[in-house]
Amino acid sequence: MRSRLYLWVPLALFAFFAGVAGYMLTQEKDQFVESAMIGQPLPDFTLEPAYPGLPGASKADFAGGKPRLLNIWASWCLPCIAEAPQLEALKAQGVEIVGIAIRDRPEDVANFLGRYGNPYTRIGGDPISEVQLAVGSSGVPETFVIDSKGVIRYQHIGDIREGDVSTLLAELEKAQ
Amino acid sequence: MIAEIGLAALWLAAALAVLQMVSGAFALKAAEGEINPLAIYARPAAIVQAFLAVLAFFLLLWAFAITDLSIKLVATNSHSMKPMLFKLTGTWGNHEGSMLLWVGVLALSGGLLAAFEKRLPERTMGATLAVQGFVALGFYAFLLLSSNPFERLPVPAAEGTGLNPLLQDIGLAIHPPTLYAGYVGLSVAFSLAMGALLTREVNPSFARVMRPWVLGAWVLLTLGITAGSYWAYYELGWGGWWFWDPVENASLMPWLAATALMHSVSVLAARDALRTWTIMLGVLAFSMSMLGTFLVRSGVLTSVHAFAVDPERGAFILGLLGLYIGGAFTIFALRAGAVAEGKRFAISSREGALVFNNVMLSAILAIVLLGTLYPLLTEAFDVRVSVGPPYFNPAGAIFAVPMLLVMAVGPLLRWKSDKPARLQFELALIGALVIGTIALVSFFGQFPLLPLLGLGLAAALAVAAFLPLRGRKISRVPVATWGMVIAHFGVAVSLFGMACEGAFSQERLAAVAPGGTEQVGDFKFTLESVTPVAGPNWTAIEARLAVREGGGEPVILNPQARNFWSPPMATSESALLTRWDGQLYAVIGNQAEDGRWQIRVWWKPFVTFIWYGGILIGLGGILAIAGRVKVDVTRRSATAKGAQRRADAEALGSPAPMPAE
Repeated sequence: MRSRLYLWVPLALFAFFAGVAGYMLTQEKDQFVESAMIGQPLPDFTLEPAYPGLPGASKADFAGGKPRLLNIWASWCLPCIAEAPQLEALKAQGVEIVGIAIRDRPEDVANFLGRYGNPYTRIGGDPISEVQLAVGSSGVPETFVIDSKGVIRYQHIGDIREGDVSTLLAELEKAQ
Repeated sequence: MIAEIGLAALWLAAALAVLQMVSGAFALKAAEGEINPLAIYARPAAIVQAFLAVLAFFLLLWAFAITDLSIKLVATNSHSMKPMLFKLTGTWGNHEGSMLLWVGVLALSGGLLAAFEKRLPERTMGATLAVQGFVALGFYAFLLLSSNPFERLPVPAAEGTGLNPLLQDIGLAIHPPTLYAGYVGLSVAFSLAMGALLTREVNPSFARVMRPWVLGAWVLLTLGITAGSYWAYYELGWGGWWFWDPVENASLMPWLAATALMHSVSVLAARDALRTWTIMLGVLAFSMSMLGTFLVRSGVLTSVHAFAVDPERGAFILGLLGLYIGGAFTIFALRAGAVAEGKRFAISSREGALVFNNVMLSAILAIVLLGTLYPLLTEAFDVRVSVGPPYFNPAGAIFAVPMLLVMAVGPLLRWKSDKPARLQFELALIGALVIGTIALVSFFGQFPLLPLLGLGLAAALAVAAFLPLRGRKISRVPVATWGMVIAHFGVAVSLFGMACEGAFSQERLAAVAPGGTEQVGDFKFTLESVTPVAGPNWTAIEARLAVREGGGEPVILNPQARNFWSPPMATSESALLTRWDGQLYAVIGNQAEDGRWQIRVWWKPFVTFIWYGGILIGLGGILAIAGRVKVDVTRRSATAKGAQRRADAEALGSPAPMPAE
């Protein structure tokens, strides 16, 4: 049987591709969409209170003094229950947390806060995800570090785990 | 029960794939002219397997129709509030469901091949079915072991979590199934190529068996890509019709390979040339389909087409790719040298033109493949790049332009050998049309080079497509030739649309206060109002644009910016005004602080011709299939009659005339 060398070229090319692809599969891949808003000032927004217990939120609330956290959450969101203790821990460290409740109802918000604790100083209701999209958040929950000039400094995607509390505190420190 | 029956059907189908593979392989053990007794199970196994796989798909469809929230896939991808049509299309709008559709079509193609293809020698047929069973088995394993669509939830969900709102569109109802059928239809070409290679039966009669499958898959791919392009055009709201996105490229690459294969298989059928090359393309076409599946679902490349990304699944598909593509290329390397060389031909001949077309198509394929995989390669070295139109357009055009020129001439050449001098008139006409059109258009203004070339070529091709009919009696032109004429004309139409869109599009982006009027091209549009509207699972702001052409009656366009709430997502719904000579494309953007709205309107002359052309190309393919099948059926009955007559003659004791080769 004659077997010419060039007939092996397709196999060689494919083997090269498979090698690269296999290597890439073993690499950690950043699955999340980073907000392009990092380093940008917060967009202008004013949100009505999400429930009668706390004032609503606006861009002005982030001006002056110290860095704050902007927490995007919802009462219908299960990971938000999981991150509630971490938000309480951050509050205990003296962090001011402004919440934005996405597509929520006042009675559900009140119910959630009654059950899982209230770490927020203000909660704005965002019934059509308008502000959520404007700050570059693609899911619930997400948490942003906003410095005293109202500039977005850091984005945490997903629920805050115990290990993330120190990261967020460090980012808040950096944003001073 | 639905989920359990579906799952059982899939497992049974997988078992039958094993039977098909083993039984088919036994056919190779048979001596010449005999049939191995163990080989007779391959065909029935393929047919029953097709039934079971299709049944499993319909059961999943049913589960989506009734929103059975105890099934994980339904709970994560559907919602009881969704309109019925989108519940159904949601079946294949996710990884598991679309894989089941893929496997269903794969089994169905195998079943059809087993049921209806009687022309191949039994050994080749056995080998082909064995390969088809082997391929199917891998994808059953993938489905059952890592992407079970029928997985139950321990506790039924109270409500589903919806579906990507971009996918809630009629485009999704037709575009993916058509494409999948095309992708997977190529599996038959792959199996046939491997079967013929294993039994060394690479000859014209094999090519005639392969041709309708290639044509069929190619027609489906053509229509699927056309539909997908139109869907992206109006649904994404970016005004473009092709974005060189990895997933688009994943559908374009099998199409390019299939286009080359379709032409080379015709050469093999008509002239017994290009044997190894046809086999190579047969392997390549389906390899590109599988590669596309890998790229889309493994998450190694980032794309707008979001499937649930899972490296483990990626590894599984990569393993399958290694097995099938690697295996096929290995057999190719070992066996192709043993396939006897086909007939020779001169450079200036129909074959020569088709070889040129094949080489150019393969070069474009290589360029698209390289551009698609390049980010993967650089990312391995931690450099993130994005390869886009600035690379694909000129690099592709370098090969597309000569290919289109030869395409104009090729069908006019004779088989085997021809003198260009014979075609003086036609060549002069084509040259004059290209140069004349470019000169005429340049006279009216400055346009980019590529659209200009495109216009010239489109004009020449549109005329050249019909030249093969010159001097023929129209009523006696074979159906398949009509197919070619119409498909080539479709290329011209599509090219014309692309070139016009590229050269003459006009765009107006303006902040408009309600009541304000702006102009784009011959159109004046007035923003009459912006109002909130609500749909079944979204809210939106809707603009009311009154569009007037010249001094005519106003037409109302309603572009929307939609907000879906499960999952939260904003989309832009464009509004289109279609005229015979183009489309007005309107999108509403954000509201500025002073209360004005961003309105973006394009006038795209003849843009619709891109998709009309695609449909014409598909139609040409359908005619070609019809024509070939008709000829084959006539020939088969003629052969049968001839054999009968010879048998009769021999029975009478007189020597029968043998048919000439």
